[in-house]
Amino acid sequence: MMDILTRFSAQLLAGAGLTLQLTVIAALLACALALPLAIARCSERGLLRWPIRLFVSFFRGTPLLAQLFLVYYGSGQFRAELNQLGLWWFFRDPYYCALLTFVLNSTAYQVEILRGGLRAVPYGQIEAGVAMGLSRFNQYRTIILPNAYRIAFPALGNEIILLLKGSAVVSVITLFDVMGQTRRIFSQTFDLSVYLWAALLYLLMTSAFVWLWHRLELCLTRHQRVRQAPSTATSLASKRVSAGVSP
Amino acid sequence: MDWLTYLSFGDAGWGDELLQGLGVTLALALTTLPVGLLLGLLVAALVLFGARPARALALAFSTTLRGLPELLTLFIIYHGVGMGLNALLRWYNPAAGSLELSPFIAGVLALGLVFAAYSSEVWRGAWQALDGGQREAGQAMGLRRLTIFRVIELPQLLRLALPGLGNLWVNLLKDTALVSVIALSDLMRMANIAVGTTKKPFLFFLVVCLAYWLVCLLCECLLGRMERRANRGYRSGGAAA
Repeated sequence: MMDILTRFSAQLLAGAGLTLQLTVIAALLACALALPLAIARCSERGLLRWPIRLFVSFFRGTPLLAQLFLVYYGSGQFRAELNQLGLWWFFRDPYYCALLTFVLNSTAYQVEILRGGLRAVPYGQIEAGVAMGLSRFNQYRTIILPNAYRIAFPALGNEIILLLKGSAVVSVITLFDVMGQTRRIFSQTFDLSVYLWAALLYLLMTSAFVWLWHRLELCLTRHQRVRQAPSTATSLASKRVSAGVSP
Repeated sequence: MDWLTYLSFGDAGWGDELLQGLGVTLALALTTLPVGLLLGLLVAALVLFGARPARALALAFSTTLRGLPELLTLFIIYHGVGMGLNALLRWYNPAAGSLELSPFIAGVLALGLVFAAYSSEVWRGAWQALDGGQREAGQAMGLRRLTIFRVIELPQLLRLALPGLGNLWVNLLKDTALVSVIALSDLMRMANIAVGTTKKPFLFFLVVCLAYWLVCLLCECLLGRMERRANRGYRSGGAAA
């Protein structure tokens, strides 16, 4: 069992590198795309709302594997056209195809999460901003977005973990992430323990991420935490906070 | 050949093959559902009411399986259980040949375990949302624990857990696509075979996506109705639950 680890640890770690790279880049790009889409999705105009709803529904209603095949293999059907446009180098490469699929997929989920966050911002706060004469942009910058992201934060973390786990499907289109390396090592050795090491590696990555996300969340909500009073007055203190009196 | 011919039924088109694949996909999901639901309920019961070691085991089960990619779980089950069965067979009868675990059973096992891990959290949340006084009332009436569960708790659990379980069901439907990787001839794999022959990948994978989408939308519609029915005795507007 240890034998596998000593022989193949370099490959497994390289795989972990690719898994993390795909996840982080896709999550960041999706985060950038999701914000304007979520704001547009909440807007009053149906013209903007419907295409986004359709996009979100499609990517949430189909398997990631099917989406990946649609982009990677499906683009092959339009090879001549893509060549003409000078885009074939992008769709020929499984790495870029995986990245594109993940960005689109994660954007769909993040739009939905952010929409919930935007909806949950207390209206009184926005009204207060209007009363103070803040511009629309400043309302978003100082009131709406900080609140929305704080509300959406745990759900966004879950989505990134789902993306991390979902990224294992790239092994099917010949990329060597953790799953890909594991399948290759298994086909060479027929030793089951490599699956256990891979499982451990995934658990390590997800739990490290959960820890990191929790720290970030504490950081974001530090003003909402009730300071632990040395006396037994914690319940009283929390009552005062919820009543809006600073402790 | 135009696009419609490719999708027609009969020898020329792939419509009937794709429909067969869809049937296998649905059969896999529907077989997995009861396995996952019951196992998840059991895990939730262990987490809430089990003795300490059982509780720790149940928690470890659900945390681990929720942290692993479904594809990895599938491979571990497919190869692991297959090898285990063969070892058992050899031990019993050294002359026996090797047998292959069917992809369908491997899929049911793996997806069932994943569904159990996720649904145990949903069941647990619903169970904790129940009013403990009702259980006590049942005890005061001299009902056995099992009867209390069947008559008092389960009907309410179903109502409370329905939204969460509905989401998991949709996820399960989508996860069945992964089983095509271990050569189950589901919708996804049928499309792969069709692409191999016709060299029209975009057409077939688009059709596959649309099929999954349609099924998911139908399920969401149905689940919405079930939820409305389950909550018919409660006032709407957040007053339920």
